[in-house]
Order: sequence, then C-alpha cells, then structure tokens
Amino acid sequence: MSMRKFGAILASAAAAFALSLPAQAQNYGEAISESDLANWDISVGPDGVGLPAGSGTSAQGATVWAEQCSACHGEKGKGGPAGDLVGGVGTLKSPEHIKTVGSFWPYSTTIFDYVRRAMPYYAPGSLSDDEVYAVVAYLLNQNEIISEDDIMNAENLPRVEMPNANGFISYWPVANQ
Amino acid sequence: MTSSKFLPLSTEEHAAGNGLVSRRWLLRTGFPAVGALGLTSGMVQAEELRVPDWSSSPGLDLTGYGQPSPFESEVVRPTLPLFPEGIGDGSGVSFTPLEKLAGTITPNGLFFERHHSGIPEIDPAEHKFAIHGLVERPLVFTVDALLRYPMVTKTCFIECAGNSLFNSFDEAQQRTAGEIHGLIGNAEWAGVSLAQLLDEAGVSPEGKWLVAEGADAAKMSRSIPIEKAIEGDAFIALYQNGERIRPEQGYPMRLVLPGWQGSMNVKWLRRIKVVSAPVHTKDETSKYTLLQKDGKSRQFTYEMGVKSVITSPSPGRELGAKGLYQVSGLAWSGAGRITRVEVSADGGASWAVAMIPGQAPPRALIRFQLPWQWDGQPATLMSRATDETGAVQPTREAWYEPYAANQIFHQNAIQAWAVSGNGGISNVYA
Repeated sequence: MSMRKFGAILASAAAAFALSLPAQAQNYGEAISESDLANWDISVGPDGVGLPAGSGTSAQGATVWAEQCSACHGEKGKGGPAGDLVGGVGTLKSPEHIKTVGSFWPYSTTIFDYVRRAMPYYAPGSLSDDEVYAVVAYLLNQNEIISEDDIMNAENLPRVEMPNANGFISYWPVANQ
Repeated sequence: MTSSKFLPLSTEEHAAGNGLVSRRWLLRTGFPAVGALGLTSGMVQAEELRVPDWSSSPGLDLTGYGQPSPFESEVVRPTLPLFPEGIGDGSGVSFTPLEKLAGTITPNGLFFERHHSGIPEIDPAEHKFAIHGLVERPLVFTVDALLRYPMVTKTCFIECAGNSLFNSFDEAQQRTAGEIHGLIGNAEWAGVSLAQLLDEAGVSPEGKWLVAEGADAAKMSRSIPIEKAIEGDAFIALYQNGERIRPEQGYPMRLVLPGWQGSMNVKWLRRIKVVSAPVHTKDETSKYTLLQKDGKSRQFTYEMGVKSVITSPSPGRELGAKGLYQVSGLAWSGAGRITRVEVSADGGASWAVAMIPGQAPPRALIRFQLPWQWDGQPATLMSRATDETGAVQPTREAWYEPYAANQIFHQNAIQAWAVSGNGGISNVYA
C-alpha cells in the first residue's frame, strides 16, 4: 500500500470517527483478502483479466468434447438438443440468421468464462483449466476461427478475433449509433 | 328500474367506438346502471337461501403457514422447460398467471421463475456475499450481517427481458395472457441499499461497472453500470411481500434493479466485483441482446419498455351474454410512472382513456380498467400505455421494424385480443 493511499484511509477513518459514529456502527462487512476470494473470482473480461494458467488445443479438446459436451451440443457442436454452437458465420444479415458461438459471440474470452462457470451442465466446475482451454480451442476450431494446433492460453485467447467482434451497438448510457 | 336518469347511452356518452364507456358518464351516474344498459329484461329469480354445512359446525384447525383454498388449485404457474427431459433439467420458465389474479401485487408462490440451472437449496447460515475488485476494502457479508442494516422498502416489478416470447412467433399462439406476458411479477421488496455496501467497501475511482453473480450452478452473472447503484435505486432484497424471499426468487438474497431486465436482478447473489468495464458475459452477448435486420445487435438495453396487457377479458376469461363488462389489465414501465392507458374495442381505430390510480408508484404494475358495453358482435380489444417520459407502447409491426425475425427480448408491443360473437377470446396480431 502506498503512503498516499494509507494516508487517505487514515483520513477517511478519522473523519468517519469524528463525524459519523452511527454510520461507523453500521459497518457489518468482514474484511477478506482477494486470495481468499480466489475460488469464487471466476469472471473473465475481454482483455483476458481473470484467465488462469494452463493451456489447451483443439485436438485435446476433441476428447473432452466427446466425453463431456457432445450429448447435449452435438458431435461437432451441431445438431444437439441444446442448440448449435458451430456454424452460421455470415448469416446475421439474412432472414435465416443462425446465432452460434462462431457467428455471434463477440469475444472468445466469454467462452472460457461460461464453460468454466456453468458447464458441463450437470457438473459445473469439474473440468480442469487445461480442459476448459481445450474445449474453447475446439469450439473456435470447429467454427474455423483458429487452426487445430493453435494453443489457447491466457495470452493467446484474448487475441483471437471473433467474426462478429464489431457486431454490437452499446445502448448504455445512450444508443451508440 | 329504468328511470330518466339512466336512459340508454347516446353516441356522445361513449368514450370510444364499439361500446367503450366514458369515465365522465361513470362519474355522473355513480356506477353503471343495469337499467341504462338494457339488461333488466333477463333478470333471474334467485333460489331460497339455505344454511350450508360450513355454517353448522366448527371448521378446520389453525395452521402454521396458510394455503390457498383447495377450490383455487388451478391458480398455478404454467411451467415451460426449455430443453428435453434429461437435458438441462431445472432450466426453464414458469409464468405468473396474470389472468387469474387481481390487483397489482403478485403472490409469492405465483411470481414467475426463470432459472438457468435449477433452484439451489441454500442454507442461509452458510451463504456469503462478497464485494471486491476495485475497492479499498474487499468485504464479505453474512445474511445476519445484512439484516442489521437499515432497510429500504420498494414496490416494483421484475420482468424477464424475454417476456411475451410467444408473440415472437410468425403465427399468433393461442395461449393465456399469463403464458404470453406472465414473465413479470410485482412485489414489495425489502432489503439493503447497494450504494451503502459499496460505500463501506470504498469504490476506487476507476471502478465503473459491477459484475453481479449468483450462487446457483449456472453462476448467473451480469455486468451492471455502477450508476444504477451509486446514484440509483439498486438494492439487495431479503424480503418479498413481507416474508423472506422464496428459494425460486433467490433465497436468501437477490439483487433488485428496478425497471431493468429481469436477469440482471441476480438471484442467490453471492458476489459483486467492481471492475472498470463490462466483462461481456454469455448473458449480455449471446443472450439478452437484439439482432437488427442490418446484422448489428443492440447490447446493454437495460430498461424495460412501457407496456400493458388486458387480463380480462382474455383467453380463459371469456365473455358470456352481451352487455356491460369491465375491461381490466396491467400496465408498467421500466422508465418510471405510467401516465396514461388507452383501450380500444375496434382494433385500434379509436381509443378511450382508461381509469388508472392517481398516485401510481414508478416501475411498478398498475391496474387499469374501463367499462365496455359489448354488443355481442366480433370485436378486437387492445390496450396502449404511455409513461412519464412520453414513451408510448408500439404496435407489433412497429416494434419489429428494426429487428431481425423472431427476436424476443424487450418486446413491448400492443396485445390484441379478438372477441368472437360467442364471447370467445383469441390472440391475434393486429
């Protein structure tokens, strides 16, 4: 902690003590370190912040896919009961648009975030970080966004440019037309 | 019965075409007089009253937690799993049965559900809620700790962004008002101001967004602009309609962002991370976005638009003999107060202003009603709400104009109910 930051905390603590005893008495949060939060801190941003160590390739992902994913999402990410995750690139302007991970999702990091937090559906959190990277690589490869041998890790994954990366218009706080 | 005061209505007494009755006429006469509407001729003679069994012996014993009458057993949430059995069990929706309710508050057991991975069975003694990220002091709160703060109480609706999804089909689906528009519920929530907890943690100047996350197996997560908490009305609800939040609504705590997309009101809240920019979770990119015809998609469209639906008459609440009926329904807007609801009985050719409460709360359901003299002929009923920003509920055609086919999120188009000559009601696109 910098001296300046420490000073600011001291000053604010002193001010709270001097001016606002009732408010001070309403602080019921317990201090916790970021390291003690690590098991819960699973958010991954488009800049790659939050990605863990580890790596995987599409070839490795094919094995995980067959065992863990294909029953719901189809043999190669298509035709499963839970909807297609592969294909549809270039269809978004057509009446028969197909939204998939490949055609629609703007950031590759979202795939890692979601697979790690919520998949496989009946046992989320059961895949190792290497397996998650491998499954992400498999989906990107099936969508013809990366090659079969490309290694996905914390450094490479955020650099993958998704086909629909520029396809979204933010409406917060106003429409960014 | 008939007196000169209650002469049949002249054309100018009507508020709009095809029998909608004016408020002015109602005020003048006090209440609709059956004589004025020509209904006295068929008056039925009632039978002699007898003393029923329940008036002749003591009733049931006291109960710890009351249940509805067994005669109300059909007032339930219709459920809709989103995947075949064995695939994504627990992921689906159930609908508030709007047409079976009155008033504006949704009973807790009938409040709609949307789960992305079932309902977690959370022990409140074990549950923790953390605030961390770009803060001076990462904090963790127990349920008991949160219960010690001053409580805010607010009545507001929560509406799934995918509400009215059945009206995204090319052909009008024959379903009830609840099945079409019931991914909404309205409750009085009590809980803790999120701004107060963020202040306790001390948000860093670069902290501009929050990532809220649930403790369910899907760990539902959404990015939220920090303004909704710091300068806004976000709070963590622990109570719903006076009792602790039900498991399917996020027990022991959920985020409430009045007026914003339902899925951002994260249930089973376990964590808020303060970040500098949105993290683009699956549920703010792949889902809860709107694809336009030009191939671009609208993202971060948080506020739920101005909307209304007639709940009576509606499918399942058919008309009987021709005569006077109350057209009644619900209206709401994520932008604030409802200022006007209009009703049409001629498919939108003419509109009458319905009665609404004078002091309606913002971002909450309100009840509107208007008398309607049905002549027994086919008719098309519609309602159209306006909110305090001047936003007016669009026609279905106008709503879909910018969007690709079958988009479901934020659909707030005018609902039309077709009334047949025999009083049957059906969903129509008009």
